[in-house]
Amino acid sequence: MNGLMELFGRRSGIVPLLILAALILVVLPLVLEPFRLNLVGKYLSFAFVAVGLVLLWGYGGVLSLGQGVFFGLGGYAMAMFLKLEASDPESTAIQTTPGIPDFMDWNQLTELPLFWVPFQSLTFALIAIVVVPAVFAWIIGTAMFKRRVGGVYFAIITQAVALILTILIVGQQGLTGGINGITDLRTLKGWDIRTEQAQYVLYYVCSILLIGSILVGKFVLDGKLGRLLLAMRDKEDRVRFSGYDVADFKIFVFCLAAVMSGVGGAMFTLQVGFMSPSFVGIVPSIEFVIFAAVGGRFSLIGAVYGALVVSWGKTMFSEAYPELWLFLMGALFISVVMFFPKGLAGLWETHGRRLRNILSRSKAPSPGQLVAPVPPGPERVSGSEGAALARGAVMAERRSE
Amino acid sequence: MDYSLQDLGSILAMQGFAGVSLFSVLLLMALGLAIIYGQMGVINMAHGEFMVIGAYTSFWISQIAVAHGFEDYYFFVAILASFLIAGGIGYLVEWSLIRHLYRRPLDTLLATWGLALIMQQIFRSTFGAREVSPVTPSWLLGSWQPVPSVDIPLNGLFIMGLTIVVTLAVFVLMFRSRWGLRVRATTQNRMMSNAIGINTTMVDRLTFAVGCGIAGIAGAAFTTISSTGPTSGQLYIVDTFLVVVFGGAASLFGTIASAFGIAQGQSILEFFMGGSMAKVITLLLVIAILMLRPEGLFASKIRK
Amino acid sequence: MMSGTDLVLAVEDLTVSFDGFKAVEGLNMYVDQDELRVVIGPNGAGKTTLLDMICGRTKPTAGSIRFKGKELTRMSEHAIVRTGVGRKFQNPSIYENLTVFENLELSYPESRGVWGCLAFRRKPELVGRVHEIAETILLQDRLEMEAGLLSHGQKQWLEIGMLLIQKPELLMLDEPVAGMSVREREQTAELLRHICKGRSVIVIEHDMDFVERIAHKVTVLHQGKVLAEGSMNRVKNDPRVIEVYIGH
Repeated sequence: MNGLMELFGRRSGIVPLLILAALILVVLPLVLEPFRLNLVGKYLSFAFVAVGLVLLWGYGGVLSLGQGVFFGLGGYAMAMFLKLEASDPESTAIQTTPGIPDFMDWNQLTELPLFWVPFQSLTFALIAIVVVPAVFAWIIGTAMFKRRVGGVYFAIITQAVALILTILIVGQQGLTGGINGITDLRTLKGWDIRTEQAQYVLYYVCSILLIGSILVGKFVLDGKLGRLLLAMRDKEDRVRFSGYDVADFKIFVFCLAAVMSGVGGAMFTLQVGFMSPSFVGIVPSIEFVIFAAVGGRFSLIGAVYGALVVSWGKTMFSEAYPELWLFLMGALFISVVMFFPKGLAGLWETHGRRLRNILSRSKAPSPGQLVAPVPPGPERVSGSEGAALARGAVMAERRSE
Repeated sequence: MDYSLQDLGSILAMQGFAGVSLFSVLLLMALGLAIIYGQMGVINMAHGEFMVIGAYTSFWISQIAVAHGFEDYYFFVAILASFLIAGGIGYLVEWSLIRHLYRRPLDTLLATWGLALIMQQIFRSTFGAREVSPVTPSWLLGSWQPVPSVDIPLNGLFIMGLTIVVTLAVFVLMFRSRWGLRVRATTQNRMMSNAIGINTTMVDRLTFAVGCGIAGIAGAAFTTISSTGPTSGQLYIVDTFLVVVFGGAASLFGTIASAFGIAQGQSILEFFMGGSMAKVITLLLVIAILMLRPEGLFASKIRK
Repeated sequence: MMSGTDLVLAVEDLTVSFDGFKAVEGLNMYVDQDELRVVIGPNGAGKTTLLDMICGRTKPTAGSIRFKGKELTRMSEHAIVRTGVGRKFQNPSIYENLTVFENLELSYPESRGVWGCLAFRRKPELVGRVHEIAETILLQDRLEMEAGLLSHGQKQWLEIGMLLIQKPELLMLDEPVAGMSVREREQTAELLRHICKGRSVIVIEHDMDFVERIAHKVTVLHQGKVLAEGSMNRVKNDPRVIEVYIGH
């Protein structure tokens, strides 16, 4: 345990993470039936992206409206491997060209396109899930951050990238499965991923990887890099004039968020059994942002709750009251930005503290407690976007032991 | 595909003209957004929905016109109504939402996206999920043939004319009127403008309203090239953003040049490689150029 | 080329124009080792622009800036910092969200790359140096305080401290005593005299009493060019300077 405490540093509390771990590893599997648990697994795969956004947007101050791109890249990598496995010559004997995925056959392709060939190997696919999003992010990040493109411009360009990728995927039906995506996935190295037992295993793999991502995020944030990110939010110029190449750090966080999103995409494909461009474009990308915003853009753990709550709400409402749902989503975007900028984590911080204080009797203020958390609300005007939020969040983190 | 040089010329002309209609709508949307972005640094993700307000307003007026028999003149009423209604709603939106988010451009993106979702649902509930189209006035039907091989649709010409009028009006408003002076003063130095008695709050609110109003006019124009549905606002929104960013938001000329370049580029490419690839290549080109020149084509160099 | 003396900074024929307006034109300036040079001049003379160009914030249109033999005009800001140039801004530019300790720690000239930051550990050497600097800037009792809560003068000192910890060979201060009380100005003058040892310093200032107290040599800028240069006495009595600077 001591090693782990060292890993966390003095700042962040381990208790919230343990609570989350208990919830997703123990409580939910016991309480929910397999079908619902699979849904939660799907939501958790979205949470990867949200966690990445906490690092990128919350701490790094960089809003990406195109994280769906990386989610999709990872998801498609996994889907391509699984599809090839499901398209062996025996199962596809009735096709004009057996041995290739069905959609290729429908599009009159007669052989596997070159870029599909390496995905016959699981090792390659696994590497691709991590490497392709990272490389993509590195290219985009280098092109943008080294040229000091940031803020709103960067957000719009990520939107455009998401749009480009969506159009490409949908347009090249023979190569990608088009608008329906890659479906009918069955086995992973012979192991049937559709059985109930498999779903349980995949759920646990997903949860553990997610917790792993949070730990990675904590490691990054608790160290010098975390402080540097906060400094960059506040005074990017000064950071530059202290000898740091600011672009490098933004690129790093962008790549890290991309890799997390890619892993999430792969876990999605495994648990849900398909991948399509409807998780790549502008709308899903901005939904990932709302997960992080609702959970609390400064809280890695909050991001998971945000993803769970909003996704669950979406599933519930869009079935029962589809008209109401778009209103609610819209209202959610607006209210999170206007009234709850620190999301659920912020609410937990202000109201949960009172609860914890009552439970633990006396609690003398710790030395780091010099500033009260900045109250959310429209009256607050911050010089640099979110710098005041960040200050409150950092102080809050220090106090939560 | 064998085309003679003359054929190619005609194709380019017609394809170019198809581009002009797209250019017109894009320019009108971009003008509205550039005014808002240049003034307040706000990118309104619901801008497309304001366009749709204009489109639905035109539709609604056309329905009234058909019922009362003045189909031939309704269009001018529709344009005016689109401007006023979209502008009015923009005024309300600025007052209730945007003004709280001034120094937070990224948060404004999210909040206005939420607004867009709400507006889309309102459209769906009010006008139905299916696309609608207003009646085309009889004098806008048909086409003009300056040269036998070139066929230019009349409504395209009208839209182009409308766009020129609106662009000129914006120019006059921004650079030749007293109010435009106040707007530019506020953009360049808000504190100072406040100090000398300019009501910057009202300037902002009216600017936002005007920007949305122009989007409304774009919507009226849009109805001549396409039918309108609840999600039509999403069609051009990314293009509009890129036009504004690409042109360098501070410059009217930049916006025009940028809209022209992007619309025409896409149209011409469309002829050679099909709609989706044309769009992809256009977007990629824009992004590539933006990387070489992040300030946009015509941004001015001010000392920081 | 470098002459026999220890020239730390050689600015030659430096020109920059913004949309046709020449903010700095054909400027020549030479700063020696361990020299404290004060640059004065009316507003718009080009003083801050000069500093901007030296530290890389603005790219000149023509001319050269050589620091210890290296040509700075082609380098990026952070690279220039790493060669040993430190710049203090007019408005205190510190990290308000972090503590004084963290502000100084972040400015420590090590582990400034991504991997360096990830592998970073708070070594005793660094802690010692932070304490040392904190004493120099009179903030040793405020190390755990959030920087945003410091007084204006203390923020200025913190920024100076953040530059000192980098061990710069050329330190550039833009109006270091702006907004300070009389007492704080005295303390700052003392601080500056102390930190001058072993490095060259360029200061932009308007407060003539302050300038007199600290300057070795003064350069007067006017409309982007050097008007006069020399000791404070000589410059004070130069008729051209008086004409341009009436009332100051």
